Amino acid sequence: MRKNSIAGYAVGALLGLGLTGTVSAAECIAPANPGGGWDFTCRTIGKIMHDIGVVDKPVQVTNMAGGGGGLAFNHVVNERNEDADLIVAASSATATRLAQDAYGGLKADQVRFLGAIGADPGVIVVAKDSPYQSLTDLIDSVKADPGSVTFAGGSAVGGFDHLKVLMALGRAGFTDIRKVKYIGLDGGADALTQTIGGHTQAMTGDISEVVGFLKADDVRVLAVMTEERVPGFEHILTAREQGIDVVAVNWRGLYVPRGISEDDYRKWSDALATVAASSEWAAAMKANGLAPFTKVGPDFQDYVNKVVGEIEQLSRKIGVIE
Amino acid sequence: MDILANLTQGFAVALTPTTLMLAVGGCFLGTVIGSLPGLGPSNGVAILIPLAFSLGLDATQALVLMTAVYYGAMYGGRISSILLNIPGDEPALMTTLDGYPMARQGRAADALVLSGVASFVGAFLATIGLMLMAPLLARVAYLFGPAEYFALYLLAFCTLGGLTSRNQAKAVFAAALGLAIAMIGLDNQTGIPRLTFGAIHLMDGVDFLVAIVGLFAVAEVFIFIEGHGRGSAIGTSLGRLTIPVRDIVASFGAMLRATAIGFVAGILPGAGASLGSFLAYMGEKAMARHDKETFGTGNPRGVAAPEAGNNAAAGGALVPMLTLGVPGSGTTAVLLALLLTLDITPGPLLFDERPEVVWGLIAALLISNFVLLIMNVPMVRLFVRILSVPPWLLLPGITMISFSGIYSLSGSGFDLILMIIFGILGYVLRKLDVPTVPIILGILLGNNMEDSLRRAMVISDGDWTYLFSSGIAVGLWLAAIAGFVAPLFLRSLLKRPEKAAD
Repeated sequence: MRKNSIAGYAVGALLGLGLTGTVSAAECIAPANPGGGWDFTCRTIGKIMHDIGVVDKPVQVTNMAGGGGGLAFNHVVNERNEDADLIVAASSATATRLAQDAYGGLKADQVRFLGAIGADPGVIVVAKDSPYQSLTDLIDSVKADPGSVTFAGGSAVGGFDHLKVLMALGRAGFTDIRKVKYIGLDGGADALTQTIGGHTQAMTGDISEVVGFLKADDVRVLAVMTEERVPGFEHILTAREQGIDVVAVNWRGLYVPRGISEDDYRKWSDALATVAASSEWAAAMKANGLAPFTKVGPDFQDYVNKVVGEIEQLSRKIGVIE
Repeated sequence: MDILANLTQGFAVALTPTTLMLAVGGCFLGTVIGSLPGLGPSNGVAILIPLAFSLGLDATQALVLMTAVYYGAMYGGRISSILLNIPGDEPALMTTLDGYPMARQGRAADALVLSGVASFVGAFLATIGLMLMAPLLARVAYLFGPAEYFALYLLAFCTLGGLTSRNQAKAVFAAALGLAIAMIGLDNQTGIPRLTFGAIHLMDGVDFLVAIVGLFAVAEVFIFIEGHGRGSAIGTSLGRLTIPVRDIVASFGAMLRATAIGFVAGILPGAGASLGSFLAYMGEKAMARHDKETFGTGNPRGVAAPEAGNNAAAGGALVPMLTLGVPGSGTTAVLLALLLTLDITPGPLLFDERPEVVWGLIAALLISNFVLLIMNVPMVRLFVRILSVPPWLLLPGITMISFSGIYSLSGSGFDLILMIIFGILGYVLRKLDVPTVPIILGILLGNNMEDSLRRAMVISDGDWTYLFSSGIAVGLWLAAIAGFVAPLFLRSLLKRPEKAAD
């Protein structure tokens, strides 16, 4: 198998050279197929960077799906470690998988996290006709009988959508978290469909996944997991306000290869900070249900380290990792 | 009439010269992409998205271009299925079963025209369905929980055995092999890697396109090399182009039935066009009375049904994408991404909030369908010519396109190696006379079926009666059991009255 992949890389590298030629424009790798959050990050940030002139050529987006982002991570660490023209889309899912050792032994410190400039706040949602009126209602019901509530989310067991629920339950004093029923579906909209259809009792996901259904009045958002209420969704209570001290957001950001120079790192973080401050990005955030969440440069690196540590602990507790 | 007023508004948007040109251009590009093995609608659309941005198109125009490419690729997929026995994309898989035998009998032109008409019927009626019933149909998706999905996939697998008329055991063996391949990768429910042997490249499992191109196209190259060009599938010549009126009339009912099946399959998230064309084909075969045996040997209805089915599913898949924001297929997932990038949030309110986008799109789809009918019937020679260069030139060409097509998917050389392994597997299986279509179906549907079952078990705490907890589920179970058992008993029963009639 090892030999195969080495040969594969050789073939891939050759073809890659043939395909990309001598173009030296910046490249943004979206470690997933077109359509997801990472793809959005690359395309939107890349486009704005060019539109506002912080890069002179259009940023080329490469979709490199595989291993839940692991393929791209591996590619960056092993083959592009000194490529100063490369940025890679990342999110909470990247941190989660790194914490759970899902990238084949690679660690978070093998790249440099550049920054996050927006976040999709975590939400817990029920169907319009659900008996649960508040987050406390729902949690009380889980406490009384864990079998009575199935949560649906857009990530696999142990993924960020699952962990959000467990964090909330944990803060509410429910410790038997292995009893919590969770099913993973292909994306938040799918999970929401199951919940509205009455097949599951609650959905855990990001606020952007809920917007359309919320406007159509098909769902009730029980809580949003941010420090403050989200602009544009002021009527939704935070979990904190309901006495459950949990904050969980799905940030959207970038990482760069470990081996680039300090100057290049600063160049990219300045570029990203400029995007964060632009009106174009504000509009894109609004359209996609993202809340402001700007951490760029070394600050962000510290934040990621902290989150990775937290998730590692929780995952150990539920037995996702040993 | 609200709909008429809306549609008029839509046509006003769609009939501007620029938009119309984009629709025609998109149809052409889509058909070419669809007809090339390894490039299906989803990567076709994905590859062309940058084009939409670099042309500076507005939301409606970009959407028109991309859906024209989408529909075009769905039409085009059949061309290489029929002429080369290599499906242009996943949904065109079933078209190889009868389309290629027809071509071998010297009726390639008939098969192409017939399937072109069938594609038109399926896609056109599905677009009408999308227009009339989208908000209503969106509710269908709510009715399908894990139990119902499991029964639906079970239905597909139960009818698999009857896929090839020659040897059912081999078909079942092939399906089992496909299922085994489907198990490779991260387990969707727990995120635990299975059968990956620690290789990160296998984490996401085996891409269908890699398997299809390997099993069909690469295996074909090996057969070609072995026979020094003799006995290869490549090189079917296209006869005189006439309209096979009798076949079209005879299979019109099949097209309508297939459209209905395909459309419903398309609406269900995750089921998509492949399941649509498969169920349409199996349904048509099951309904056949006197000519059941000719399915798989060049029955025109076996060409018409899957083509109408998969094109109808393409239209159906737009329903949940536009109304719920839930993509019904891989391609609509890509289109969804495009919508989001264009600041359009699909969802229950899209029809009210952005009518110009929705109705412009619907009008453009109707126009695209007529354009595609013209391109794929009178002008089909143009596309055939692309595929009718001498085999010694065509094969390396196809291989090259397949390789770069597959490489563009993941940018990983590993997939290329895997494709060659599939090619060797395909070669061996062909020597053993094991059909390769069930393998692909196993890969396509296996994971979905397993996930549905496991979700159902989590929800019900392992109580198996949950699987029969709704009318829809019970109905699908009965159909599945009938589909599995009926051929065993009915085969002799069905033949008897015929003999009496003789």
